[in-house]
This record gives sequence, structure tokens and C-alpha cells, in this order.
Amino acid sequence: MSTFLGMPARPPRSPYGTGNLRGDEPFPRAAHQELGNAQLRRNLGRATTTIRAKRLNATGELPDWEALREAGSAIKTDALNRLPELLEQLERKVTEHGGTVHWARDGAEANEIVTRLVRATGSGEVIKVKSMATQEIGLNEHLEAAGITPYETDLAELIVQLAHDRPSHILVPAIHRNRDEIRQIFLDRIPGVDPELDNVPAHLAAAARAYLREKFMTAKVAVSGANFGVAETGTLAVVESEGNGRMCLTLPETLITVMGIEKVLPRYRDLEVFLQLLPRSSTGERMNPYTSLWTGVTPGDGPQDFHLVLLDNGRTAALADTVGRAALNCIRCSACLNVCPVYERTGGHAYGSTYPGPIGAVLTPQLAGMDAAADDPNSSLPYASSLCGACFDACPVKIDIPSLLVELRHQHTEQTGTTAEKLAMKAAAAVMKRPTLYAGAQKAAGLGRALAGRDGTISRLPPPFGGWSDSRDTAAPPRQTFRAWYASAEGRATLRAAADEHDRGPDEHTPDQGEGGMRRRDGEHAPGQGEGGTE
Amino acid sequence: MTSARDTVLGRVRDALALAPTPATAVPRGYRTGRTLPDGERLALFTDRLVDYKAEVHPCTADRTAQVVAGVLRDHGARRIGVPAGLDPRWLDAYDGEVRPDTADIPARQLDALDAVVTASAAGCAETGTIFLDGSSGQGRRALSLVPDLHLCVVDLSAVAAGVPEAVARLVPERPTTLISGPSATSDIELERVEGVHGPRRLVVVIRTDR
Ligand code: SF4
Repeated sequence: MSTFLGMPARPPRSPYGTGNLRGDEPFPRAAHQELGNAQLRRNLGRATTTIRAKRLNATGELPDWEALREAGSAIKTDALNRLPELLEQLERKVTEHGGTVHWARDGAEANEIVTRLVRATGSGEVIKVKSMATQEIGLNEHLEAAGITPYETDLAELIVQLAHDRPSHILVPAIHRNRDEIRQIFLDRIPGVDPELDNVPAHLAAAARAYLREKFMTAKVAVSGANFGVAETGTLAVVESEGNGRMCLTLPETLITVMGIEKVLPRYRDLEVFLQLLPRSSTGERMNPYTSLWTGVTPGDGPQDFHLVLLDNGRTAALADTVGRAALNCIRCSACLNVCPVYERTGGHAYGSTYPGPIGAVLTPQLAGMDAAADDPNSSLPYASSLCGACFDACPVKIDIPSLLVELRHQHTEQTGTTAEKLAMKAAAAVMKRPTLYAGAQKAAGLGRALAGRDGTISRLPPPFGGWSDSRDTAAPPRQTFRAWYASAEGRATLRAAADEHDRGPDEHTPDQGEGGMRRRDGEHAPGQGEGGTE
Repeated sequence: MTSARDTVLGRVRDALALAPTPATAVPRGYRTGRTLPDGERLALFTDRLVDYKAEVHPCTADRTAQVVAGVLRDHGARRIGVPAGLDPRWLDAYDGEVRPDTADIPARQLDALDAVVTASAAGCAETGTIFLDGSSGQGRRALSLVPDLHLCVVDLSAVAAGVPEAVARLVPERPTTLISGPSATSDIELERVEGVHGPRRLVVVIRTDR
């Protein structure tokens, strides 16, 4: 055992500079570029709206949806609590059924294990089922460097791979591409494709079918991920739609499955919960077209050589964090992406990680850290959210993503000591303590109107507020300051009217009135303007 | 040197020691053990299957052979594959070529078949799902995957109301495939296209008196 009794060591993050858990630039800068892409925003807007509506239908159909969420959340929490025992049980069951289990401390180790296993088969190529885990560790790049050609077989992953692009969504990785772009990618990159190919989705899918069928028939090795691994029985599950998963899991002689250690479920029975939660949250369907369940090796049916690679790569680091470990409950349904106003506008690439959207903003820093360098792009991810809470409502396993984001912001501030926002708050506090300075500052804020565009928003603030305006537009300050308004004839008249109204009797102190009172106080900053806030 | 296994398991134990959380009981307040009368189950199952663009033919058990032959004729299936253990009476009325499957037939030959006919292990009405578990009437997984048309015979008595009731019928150690409609993708502008890599057509014959 690697640890001394009573002295637990903090497990390491995914090693810096490996895999795909970190972008090249901070979120605000990456997002700014993506925001300029109107095509992307249109595609994404349509997609997320459609999936959102379908999902609401599918979940609304089940009277016990909330009870399923409760169960799903508890099963995952229970599984993480008992992870050592469950992983050992899974290993034992897979081995009993003729499979081989490997353990990988990080992505580099997993890549090496897979490469070694592929080499041992003598094959120079592998077919791949869409898998977040192998994306995360950069398996394709590693295999290519080792002279092995990986073929993605999910239609969207194929599009992304052929275009030398990156996935932008967990569920529909090529959602940023439209049919014309996809047609061009196929014409350019699929050998022997019909030059008359048009942009009808059915025809494009047929072209991919024809291209990949040959691969399915001849490939000797497949690599997959796993949606679930059942400790009780050693059963692995892959959930998909196209049948490419079934092809990869069934036809080759050798199957290598890379699974994050957090994907373990205690009992076979637990599948009854997740087979309801996952498809309905993910694609908004009652059930996805195909789910494959297999346990080790079955003589005469499917691959006769099965390897399971259990991947840590920062998962234990997340597990060691009381707050952050909830992120490991994620079943990668992508519901939180589709409801996120930030994701909807920036798309997945801006997050720089295999895991985009709200859960990515939490999971990525959890797995890979955000402390290795002052300008570590991962440090910006906890701020890539408006904290509106839509992701929490959508999550089938009830992960409180907004709270996790706030906690990560806190951790980030603790680590770095100084941030733009911290500086800004300090400056504000100092100014407010001195009335003359405050009045002066309010006059200066009036300059904001000069900075603002026609729509009354400022898209770039001067330092030290630049960090703020990088990720959001700021409403221009009101024409008048509260003090100026208070001192004016209009202001005095309004206040007097309010006071009279107040005197007319206590019976009007309904909750509504209370809110009206609140409103009036809000309005202090923007009398006569009607709207105030920036967020 | 410590093995990766010991290192990872050690890290998991350390992590749990650093961030202990109370044991969690799993509340199973969701619907389980549901039953529905035959008629309702048939109606629900049929509705869901049709919603998924599957073709559905309810029939009595003694009409199985006629219905199977009719479907195959309508789809122009002249060469079909069947699992070695398929009930031969189901093909009594079929006059095309029947190729019983064996484990050593390469996938490429399956690709040359017009259709495959299999039995099923269970079904789920609420989701329109068919379960295959590789037992003798269902054959190995490749057989029901590669041919373009899959005709699946389901006994209504094996169709459960919901997912928990259907999962309870499964044998975990068997290679199991859940099928809900034909293969489909929505990867291009979210427009649904039936039939990418799996069978493009799914026909379900439901025997209502078994
Ligand atoms: S965090 Fe929840 S909603 Fe988001 S992908 Fe994971 S399971 Fe789905």
C-alpha cells in the first residue's frame, strides 16, 4: 500500500500539459473569438433550444422523475463512498468472466496501456466508439504518434476527426457544423466518396455508413469508453444511437474499454435508474436506440479478448475535495450544456477542455487543477457562468453546479491572492468610506456613458475592471447619480409622494408592497430609467 | 515499485479519508413492480415502437408463420439469417433462403443477407424497447446487427410495463442488447436520420396470446 496509516496524502491532479483538459487561452479571450462567429451561435441556439424542449417533454412524461433523480444522485454518492471495495469487486468479476483489468494512474499511463494492447494484436488500426475518457487523455493523438490509426465511428466524431477539428458538445460533438460544411468535409476527406454528394443529412449519413462499414468488417481491435460499470456483476454498459457502438463492441476480436473509476455502479439493478435518467436527460428520448451490456467474454459471441482500463487521471484529486467530489456524479448527459446561457453563446471550444459547459467548468479544474501557472486557462473556467442555476435544475443526478463554481472561485481567489475582482472590491470599499471621494467617483462613473455604445452597454471597461467586462457587457451608469437626483426638485417631489403613501395606512403592507419598497430602493441608482442591473 | 493498481486504490482510500462523507442510503421511491393489463401494455408498447419508426404487427401465436412470411415478402427479403435455436415453425410459410447462423460465419457474409429473424428475451412497453440476451432463439449479437432488416418476434407476456420491471427479467452475465427503434442519428443539424450503422428497418411481431 502506498500510504501510511493515518496519514492520507492528497492525490495528484491530472499531470500538467498532458491530455485535453486545458485550452490554450483563458475562457474570456476564447469566448470573445467564438462570439464573433454568428454561424456558430445560430447553430448552437437552434440545437440547444430543440434538445431542451424535447428533454422537458421526455422528463415531464414520468410522474416519478424527481424520485429517479433522488435515487440516481444517491446511488452515485453511495458508489463514491464505497469506491475501493466496488472497484475491487468490479475487477474480480470482470476477471472471473475472462476479461483483463488494467489500472492507469493518469492519461499517459492509460495511453501506453492501450497502445501496448493494440500492438500485441499486430493491428495497425483501431475503430473507436465515441468516448469522453479517451478524448480526455488524448488517446487518438498518442496512437497516431505510435503509428496506429484510430477511426472514430460515431458520425459526429467522424466529422470532427476528418476536419481535424475539436468536439464542441458532449452529446453532439459536431453541432457547430452545418450540412454544407459537413458535405465539403466529406468530399475533401473521404476516399472514393461520390462527387455528386449533396447536403441532405440522410445522404451524408449514408456516405458515412458506406465508408465505415468496410472498417467494421475488417477491424481487429476496438476501443470504447463505458457509461457504467457494474461492480456486482462485472457488466459494462455503452449507450448509443447509431449502431456504431454495437459494431465496435461486437465485431472485432479484441475490445479495449477505458473507463473513469467514477463510473462504477454498485448493483446491476441500479441500471433501472440510469437507463431512465440518461436518455431522457440527454437526447430527450424515452430510450436511446441501442444499449449494449456485456460481462467479460462470451464464447462464440463478440470479442474473445477483453481489456478494461480503469482510469484515475485526477479523479481521486476531485474525490479528496469535500465539495468538488459531487462533480464526479456526472453521467455526461449534457443537459446542463443545453440550458446554459453562457454555453449557448460561446459554444464548447471556448472552454478549451474535453468537458465544456457548466459541468466542464467544474470538472476540468477539479481533474487538472488551476494552479500550475498564473495565466492557467483553467483558472478562468469557474467564472464562465452567470450562476443562474438552470444547470442544477436540469441535472439528472442533482449536482449543484452553481455552488461548486462558487467554491472553485473561492479556491482560486485563495490560491492567487489577487484578482481583478478582489482589487476592484478593495478599491470600492476604500472609496465608499470617504464621502468626497465617493461623490467624485460617481461623477467619474458618469463618464461611463461616453464609453457606452448606442445600446447603453459597455463592452470593455478600463482596468482594473477589464476582467469583468471580458466576459459580460456592463450597463452604462445612469445619467444622474442618486445624490444629484435626491437634491433635485423631481427627486424631492417623488420622495414626498412616497412618504405620503406610506402614511396612508399599515393595511397596505402586503408582501407586494414590501417588494415595491425593495424596488424603490433598487431604483435609487437609476431613477427615471426603469432598468438598472448589469446581470 | 508500487503497482498502478495499488497506487490508485491507495489514492481512493486517501481521498475518502481526507473528505469523509456519511454513508448514503438509496431511496427507491420511483415506480417499480408495475403491472398493466395486456391490452394497455400492447397499446403502449405499439405506440412507442411506432413513434420510433418501427413497423409493428400484433398477431396470435398460431399466425406467427404467416405474419413473418408476409413481412419478409413485403420487404423483398429473399435471403435471411436466423439463430440456430430459432423456432423452425415460425418460418413454415417462408419460401426464401434460410441460413442458420454459426459463430464462425464472418460478418461480411452477414452483410449479404436481406434480413434476420430473431426471438427476444423481454420488452419494455413504456419505452418501446426490445431486449436481446443471446439465448438460442436470439443468436449472437452480430447476427441481429449487420443485416439491414431486423424482424423480432416478441411475446406480449414478456413485455414489462416499465424499465425496472424489464431490467428485472435480464440475466446480467448474458451479452444483452437493448433496441429501441432502428439505428438513428441526429448529428447533422439535429435532423433525425434512420439507419446509420445498425439495421435501417425494425419490424416487431407481437404475439398477443403468449
Ligand atoms: S452535470 Fe448533470 S446535467 Fe451536466 S452533464 Fe453531468 S449529469 Fe448531465
